[in-house]
Amino acid sequence: MSSDTLTRIRYRYLPDHLIGEILSKRWIDNAVPFLALVVLVAVFGIIAPGFLSVSSITDLGRQVAEFGLIVLGLSIVLMSGGIDLSVASVFTLAVLASLIGTNVEGFSVGLTAIGVVFLGVVCGSINGYLIGYMRLRAFLTTLVTLIIFRSIYDILFLRMSTAIVASFSDSDFLFFIGSGTILGIPFSLWVTLIIAVGWHIVLSRMRPGWRLTAVGGARRSAYNAGISVRRTVFFAYVWSGALSALAGFLFAARIGSTGADTGVGLEVSALTAAVLGGNSLGGGRGSVAKAAMGALFVLILSNNLTNFGVSGPVNSTILGCVLISSVFIDMRWLRNRHKWLSKIYVSPAYLQLPPPPSATDANSPYALNDKLRSVEIIGLGQIDGPEDVILDRDDNLYCGTRHGDIVRFFGPDHKRHEVFAHIGGHPLGMQFDRDGNLLVCIGGMGLYKVTPQKEVIKLTDETNRSFLSVVDDSRLRLADDLDIAPDGRVYFSEATIRYEQEEWATDALESRGNGRMICYDPRTGTTKTEIHRRVFPNGVCMANDGVSFLFAESWIATINRYYFDGPKKGTIETVISNLPGYPDNINRASDGNYWAALLGMRTPALDLALSMPGFRRRMARRVAPDLWLYPNINTGCVVKFDEQGNILDALWDLGGQNHPMITSMREHKGYLYLGGVSNNRIGRYKLPDADPNWTAQDFYWGREGSSRT
Amino acid sequence: MRKIRLTQEGVVLALAVAMCVVFAVALPNFLTTGNLIALVRSVSILGILGLGMGLVVIARGIDLALIATMVVSVSWVLSLTTNSGWNLGPALLLGAGFVILIGLINGILIAYATIPAIFTTLAMGLVVYGVGRGWLFQVDVQNTPDNSAFFNFLGRTTVLGMPMLIVAFLVLALLMWLALRWTRFGRFVYAMGDNPAAARIVGLPVRPMIVAEHVITALIAYAAGLVMAAASSGMSTRVYNSTMIYDVLLVVVLGGIGLSGGRGGVRNILVGTLLVGVLLDGMTIMDVPYIEQNLIKSIILLCAIVVDSIINPRDEQTAQQEQGDI
Repeated sequence: MSSDTLTRIRYRYLPDHLIGEILSKRWIDNAVPFLALVVLVAVFGIIAPGFLSVSSITDLGRQVAEFGLIVLGLSIVLMSGGIDLSVASVFTLAVLASLIGTNVEGFSVGLTAIGVVFLGVVCGSINGYLIGYMRLRAFLTTLVTLIIFRSIYDILFLRMSTAIVASFSDSDFLFFIGSGTILGIPFSLWVTLIIAVGWHIVLSRMRPGWRLTAVGGARRSAYNAGISVRRTVFFAYVWSGALSALAGFLFAARIGSTGADTGVGLEVSALTAAVLGGNSLGGGRGSVAKAAMGALFVLILSNNLTNFGVSGPVNSTILGCVLISSVFIDMRWLRNRHKWLSKIYVSPAYLQLPPPPSATDANSPYALNDKLRSVEIIGLGQIDGPEDVILDRDDNLYCGTRHGDIVRFFGPDHKRHEVFAHIGGHPLGMQFDRDGNLLVCIGGMGLYKVTPQKEVIKLTDETNRSFLSVVDDSRLRLADDLDIAPDGRVYFSEATIRYEQEEWATDALESRGNGRMICYDPRTGTTKTEIHRRVFPNGVCMANDGVSFLFAESWIATINRYYFDGPKKGTIETVISNLPGYPDNINRASDGNYWAALLGMRTPALDLALSMPGFRRRMARRVAPDLWLYPNINTGCVVKFDEQGNILDALWDLGGQNHPMITSMREHKGYLYLGGVSNNRIGRYKLPDADPNWTAQDFYWGREGSSRT
Repeated sequence: MRKIRLTQEGVVLALAVAMCVVFAVALPNFLTTGNLIALVRSVSILGILGLGMGLVVIARGIDLALIATMVVSVSWVLSLTTNSGWNLGPALLLGAGFVILIGLINGILIAYATIPAIFTTLAMGLVVYGVGRGWLFQVDVQNTPDNSAFFNFLGRTTVLGMPMLIVAFLVLALLMWLALRWTRFGRFVYAMGDNPAAARIVGLPVRPMIVAEHVITALIAYAAGLVMAAASSGMSTRVYNSTMIYDVLLVVVLGGIGLSGGRGGVRNILVGTLLVGVLLDGMTIMDVPYIEQNLIKSIILLCAIVVDSIINPRDEQTAQQEQGDI
């Protein structure tokens, strides 16, 4: 076996592009805390006898219930971009208040619980008002309120301690809250679990949660987007106070007493837990799962250290070290994630292209000429980036622009123009349906329809999610070109699912089958991926038999034919396999053949590099993007071919004056109209021997929309 | 007629003087020699710590590990001399080395690992105290060695009728004033506090500067600890568990050094020290219980932070975004 074969096998069967895709998922933030937790449980499961026994786990469950509520409250504040150190004092105050309520004053359990949570709400409102509305610094402010609440606790505790010790509550319900279980799970853990699930739904599925993370992630943008930043921050602290107070109530129900050191240093443990779990100090990134993992980690660690006889100060030293290192990891991760990702994400594939046919040989079907040098120019400087052009029956000319407009030049002279529709994105491939509606693929948005009355309708912006795809491939990233089957089904290409439109060159560097062909059925309104894993599928054009279409795969310089109906349904045939350049849009010609645009030419260097994936990966990692090897898009051409794949004609602009770069062409009444994705003009070339009355609509849909026969 | 400018410094000074007068009239014990000496002692220790805190706050940082550094380093020195039989000289040098190490760790974590100062020093306080209690000394209270010339000199002598403690404070204050006002280092500190990004862009060595500041602050905390040990013939680890760090913050914020950095100087620390010292002393004489003093102090500190945020509003352009709203 040659080394080339080995390389091919290695790049076919080792899916290293998945590493980058996994790293780009949001849930990857949880991986490090989760692994740390697993290791911790494993270590203590081995060295600490009885750690995994039922009674030990039940006891841990009760502590997790209380501590978890505090960490959840703190995490909510962290997500809003603040910090709340006063949770420890609110917790301690709540413990005292619960004991006074149930033991000394003899209030009912429910009333006490409500009163205690209200106390937490009051404490949280103080923090929230100072930080949310008065814009004080969160850290210092809550540090001071920590002392204030703590002092109040100390003062009250001195006065009430004898009364608390002297009396106790004989409420069975209180005992049940503290020590009872339902289905083997402690009652308090049920309470925490329900609250945690509720918050998970709020944070991941509901508007208040999204607003909270928006405020934490980008305060100013959230404000500009109309979110009430101050109120959101205020309520984050209120929730933090309420949850801490509830934790205090549960603690009081379980322990039944309080002391001078209750809750001392709890703020550092809670902060360590929250940050360790992966809730970012910078705000905007966090989840309930992260809070839970952090709480479990810190509790297991400190409980076991205490069991092993480690003294309090040393215990807190270890906690301090854990805090510093998790903040450090958080900072590094946040700052470098994109850097690491951009180094790892680009993952070139192996591709062996045969040597391209010569274009300099005069006998070659691609022989160079200068036919496009003298094309007429339409709309010079008035448009930017007409990837595709199309004409209607009244000779009006339409093109998309980089600014998200569809511009219409009025026929027959195309001197005047208007913005036909503003959609956004970058409108790419276009096609008229039977009723004269303009269907357009929009990069970054999806498939849209513009009626002759200029009404814009979204047809689809998502397709079915592939079962094994790591990146979410249900959203359409780069819908490129479309054509419409006689029965109305729309077949369109999505060039790549791994990159955005402006990163098309990186996809060229990868040259993997990242793209696909998708079918939108207007009768059912459904969208379904028809062909997977194609290399930058680009132009689409219905074949004359009505049951198949031609589509271009740019980076492998190939044009294929896919049968979506008829006896050959589901098969793909290669029509042209070794073009000298990268094919883009394909459209019909008046003589029953097809036009294809070559957006750029292959170069020997890039062709060679395609069979050296390791080389391209090193290039992507070490060299600035503007120095990479790219497809040569300085020169392009238009070719005419038939269904057997014979090249019938080639049109070049050798001097590179008017139309060196071509992504689309349309034949209309004896002229060929040329578009280019990086051009600021549209070209018009007089075809010497074409039918001067031929229009694509009449040819395909029949005259004035009557059905095709 | 000259217009009198109302500065925070002036207001605080007037307040301190007014409180002095009120206490002198209302509290019979206030003007006694014993009380004034106690006042001076507590004020000078607080003042020295305030100088250290002031330096990092002017450079837009904070040091919550100040008290832990002070307590642990001095306790270790005392433990070495009284229990392990070291001579005071080497022990003092070792102590100095220890605080320099703490300062270096703080500074490196803040400057190079880019962990927010407030987290670093909060956690470092725990770490330093735990290391001290776990490995460096065993008992809570360490006494100064008997008849130590060094501690006698610091604690008992007077210069021109002033106790050595206050002289030490004034000398350190003078040094700090000179450094902040007349050296390149000092001007860099202000530049960094005013706008760290701009300071970095114009080429100031921002990271080494942060490390240097924390080393100096740790050394100042060490000095404060030695003065404290000399004044009270020992060092108790209970100081760490007290709310002294908030007293120091109170000195800095009340004196008028904005927490957003780049403002204030040694004069602010002097007036802040005076006010806080008089306040604490008055409360002690009035026999306000310790825990209620905490409540009063923390409420005053909260008010001071509110006023500070109104007088020195945060500059949203230079406020650190990456580390959140802390």
